[in-house]
Amino acid sequence: MITTLFYILSAFTLATAFLTIFSKNPIHSAIYLVLCFFSIAGHYLMFNAQFLAIVHIIVYSGAIMILMLFTIMLMNLNKEDEKNKTLWSRLAAVISFCLVALVLLAAFIKAQQTGYTYEVSGEDYQSIKVLGQVLLNDYMVPFEFASVLLLVSMIGAVLLSKKEHINN
Amino acid sequence: MDQAIIIEKSVIIIAVFALTMLMAMYSTLAERKIAAWLQDRIGPNRAGKGGILQPLADGLKLFAKEEFFPNTPNKFLFIVGPGISMATALMTSAVIPWGDRLHLFGRDIILQATDIDVAILYVFGVLSVGVYGIMIGGWASNNKFSLMSAMRASSQMISYEVAMGLSIIALIMMTGTLSLREIAAGQSGMNWNVFYQPVGFLIFLVCSFAETNRTPFDLAECEAELIGGYHTEYSSMKMGFYLFAEYASMFISSTILAVLYFGAYNYPGMDWVENNWGINIANILGIIALFIKLCGFIFFYMWVRWTVPRFRYDQLMRLGWKMLIPLSIANIIITGLVILLAD
Repeated sequence: MITTLFYILSAFTLATAFLTIFSKNPIHSAIYLVLCFFSIAGHYLMFNAQFLAIVHIIVYSGAIMILMLFTIMLMNLNKEDEKNKTLWSRLAAVISFCLVALVLLAAFIKAQQTGYTYEVSGEDYQSIKVLGQVLLNDYMVPFEFASVLLLVSMIGAVLLSKKEHINN
Repeated sequence: MDQAIIIEKSVIIIAVFALTMLMAMYSTLAERKIAAWLQDRIGPNRAGKGGILQPLADGLKLFAKEEFFPNTPNKFLFIVGPGISMATALMTSAVIPWGDRLHLFGRDIILQATDIDVAILYVFGVLSVGVYGIMIGGWASNNKFSLMSAMRASSQMISYEVAMGLSIIALIMMTGTLSLREIAAGQSGMNWNVFYQPVGFLIFLVCSFAETNRTPFDLAECEAELIGGYHTEYSSMKMGFYLFAEYASMFISSTILAVLYFGAYNYPGMDWVENNWGINIANILGIIALFIKLCGFIFFYMWVRWTVPRFRYDQLMRLGWKMLIPLSIANIIITGLVILLAD
């Protein structure tokens, strides 16, 4: 039963991911992406990672995608207003995509399967106590770096959006 | 799986669903009655005795209305919008502990649809998804006023979610668990969290007003500026769904306020009742206690609606970002210091 569930969920994830790319309307793309995030949260639930699943929904579907939808809705994205992109920007897009694809391909070729079968270990991996201990004991430095990075980006965003004072 | 568990859980789910619907229905009547009372009027009193059938009449009216579609290229999203609002308003009730447990048919029945470890986060997750209902509906209406209103509503909800989440962190630090069931059980006796976290409670209360789009934060429905708000183009039962979802989420947020801060199903002397009259009576009284508490909160919502005027948009944002968020961060720091000193 778990296997069938996995296949259904995977098909849904892939289908919505493709539809995100292929839909003409940017709002529809965003909504498909939200559905895709939900099905990824479903995958986390299949690993019995409740915390991760819920946080994924809160952060990606609940915050990031809402802000994306916001921006898309406020921009005027009609066909008539769409500017023709220059040859150079198209070429740059193709080359950068190829580079990303190369990196991904290299990573996938080098990747090795770590587990072959799912086992029930009975250990507690998902309670917030364990998570907090792991984050603050084993991964203290990356954790702090990530928080500093977030703080810096937040201050940067505030600075950028702030109106400049005209001094005369 | 054990068949008894499936039956037991189904009964609880259906009961909670029916209850939410009933409470939402009669909240509409209560709102009008309380408004009338506060303004020295009588209020609806034609349908049934004292207006008791008014919600049914309203529902019938909404059902019988013409199904109007605006000229929109997104018919599907137009229909999905109110559906998402309604679904998210109902989904939250899955993790709420309505009582401790009953002992029936030789087995313990836990009065909660599901007890997950991350119940509070689940509530926040569902809450954050609820914004989509308003946003998609407002956008698919193909009306600039609807879109403006949807923008206002969702930016307000996102802003206040931050303060709400921060205010709850202090509570989690104190109780050390994310499970609503354990938080409820930890408040037995008169150990209600509101006595330990008064500031957190106030922040949470203000934010829940904003999250349910109630006055004084109902800028999304500001008639003078935006016609009817994000549901301007809606009619018939789709409109009814939006309105109904507001009342359902009011009921649920009242329940969560009662569970998190006002001792959930606990009442003074619960242990004594349990020892003398048995576990069943103690817990039935507990459910009644929870309902009295949440009805108090629903009344409070309505009371505020007819007392405090609507905020301006900049005031709303200033309150959220410049007052509530720093206040809740200070609350977290003070709670942390107290916990450290107490150890």
